[in-house]
Amino acid sequence: MTTDQQQGFNLKSEGKRVLRGSSGGRVDQKANPVEKAKGEYDVVVIGGGLAGLTGANVMATQGYRVCLLEQHYNYGGMATWFRRPGGHVFDISLHGFPVGMVKSMRRYWSKEIADSIVQLESIRFDNPQFSFETQFTREDYTNKVVNAFKLDRAHVESFYDYLRKMEYYNNDGTTTGQMLERFFPGRNDVHRAFMEPITYANGSTLHEPAITYGIVFSNFMSKGVFTFSGGTDQLIMRMRKIMAQSGVDMFSGAQVERVLVEKGRVAGVRVNGRDIKARTVLSNANIKATVLKLAGEENFKPEFIEQTKAVRLSGSSCQVYIGIRQGEEIPFITDLLFCSEATHFTSEELCDMHTKSRTFSFYYPKTRPHLKNAGFTIVSSNNANWTDWQGLDETEYEREKNALIERTVTHLEKYIPDVRSKIDHLEASTPRTFNFYTQQVQGASFGTKFEGLDVSMKLSEQIPGLYHAGSVGIIMSGWLGTVNYGVITANKMAEYLHGSRSGVAS
Amino acid sequence: MTDEHIKQAIIGIIADIAPDEDTGSIDPAVRLRDQMDLDSMDFLDIVMELRKRYGVQVPDTDYQHLASLDSCVAYLRDKMAGKQLVS
Repeated sequence: MTTDQQQGFNLKSEGKRVLRGSSGGRVDQKANPVEKAKGEYDVVVIGGGLAGLTGANVMATQGYRVCLLEQHYNYGGMATWFRRPGGHVFDISLHGFPVGMVKSMRRYWSKEIADSIVQLESIRFDNPQFSFETQFTREDYTNKVVNAFKLDRAHVESFYDYLRKMEYYNNDGTTTGQMLERFFPGRNDVHRAFMEPITYANGSTLHEPAITYGIVFSNFMSKGVFTFSGGTDQLIMRMRKIMAQSGVDMFSGAQVERVLVEKGRVAGVRVNGRDIKARTVLSNANIKATVLKLAGEENFKPEFIEQTKAVRLSGSSCQVYIGIRQGEEIPFITDLLFCSEATHFTSEELCDMHTKSRTFSFYYPKTRPHLKNAGFTIVSSNNANWTDWQGLDETEYEREKNALIERTVTHLEKYIPDVRSKIDHLEASTPRTFNFYTQQVQGASFGTKFEGLDVSMKLSEQIPGLYHAGSVGIIMSGWLGTVNYGVITANKMAEYLHGSRSGVAS
Repeated sequence: MTDEHIKQAIIGIIADIAPDEDTGSIDPAVRLRDQMDLDSMDFLDIVMELRKRYGVQVPDTDYQHLASLDSCVAYLRDKMAGKQLVS
């Protein structure tokens, strides 16, 4: 079996170039996607996820010559969407992100984009242990957990304060589970309320270093959860416009094969068989793929290769895309519904192939206020393990996908009893789908565990000029994490380029 | 560049990156973080703007020197010597 077949897609010839994303990757790619690229750049960015896009834009606005290469036909990485017959637009990861995005978008993109960020009106929890609705602001959420669990308010506040004071460098090995147990001993219900939304947001479990939880939870537990009014397509379209104005050369369908290294330094990239020179390379690809596949083991010290191989990926996801027939309506339930039929909370149950837990993201016409006939779509997400899905043969794979869809719709009927009759599109994605479209190792939809951050940050110590930004280390994942990490890495690259003597642009 | 100019350069950058903050009443002796709502990304932006506007490099091990206006001046005095204030 070829790798593609293992991924569940029948690509006839291995050497043939296809446009991933078009009709399941079966459309031949004829034109040379990088024909118009120049021969040399200050910065070549591999991958157009939010970190790659942001890094590219920041470098271009600092006056550097920047080229961005994306293997998919579309930009955005996991910040993406797709269309289906019946007028459906499905957003993969739009709901929701912390308030910090407003500042980051205004700063590194535009005021116009920042001004389109709006707060989600409602978030609901519903499971056998508790059920309540919240805006997920610090004030409202505290009120809800104090009431639902009969907790002492000062104790909950002290938990928040403890989280907020945690720093990256004082990781003492305590796990999130141990920390929750220390603050709320024996309270599985409380642990669920605090952990479940974060697991859905970044794929982390109770077994991660507590610091990862402290940073991410503190980002969220502030002014609520936010989304981009206009939809993911509008956001990425505006970003592309800004990048064009900043002077970034962007090419999609561009498959980078190698990072070129000469005399121990970055020299460029090989893309679709063509070499492009670059003084620096910013990889927004998976960190393990960046080291082991794109740059190649021979260019690193053996200890670094060992360290890279030891990096564990965060889990993957399954999603079910539910399209409501044009003309039909569903009532306002909530924007984000964290629901489960599992009696108790464990991280293992959340990732189980047949989990009873899922998040429904409801996209009402308000998501795309600029459209006259904007419809209703619902996207269900649950955490998943690559190993559960990877080995299935075609028949088993189809059967498991259909079973997932059926479980999901049945779960949804609990909240919208007549929803089944209003649905005219149903489709599921699995870790294999994410692997195929994004080329993320093992379909990882949340990057790596904590240890990946160290490898990512030390890349340029191994190969001067080579940098990485993207979902790593849990704290740098999610929309806000990756955008900010793109900026942090761009700053390091500008420092390097500024310091090297050979003719800085601008 | 005089010490006063260095202060103005920093205040000019802060005014651009944090337009909601009142930069008119900053106490130069007090940590910026204690007077304004600035996080680590804001300090990163100050570093990037210093490089862009004045060609000054601040390695991440030196970020601590940007804590207050007074410490900025002391740290940047040599680095900003001979530069022109950008408005």
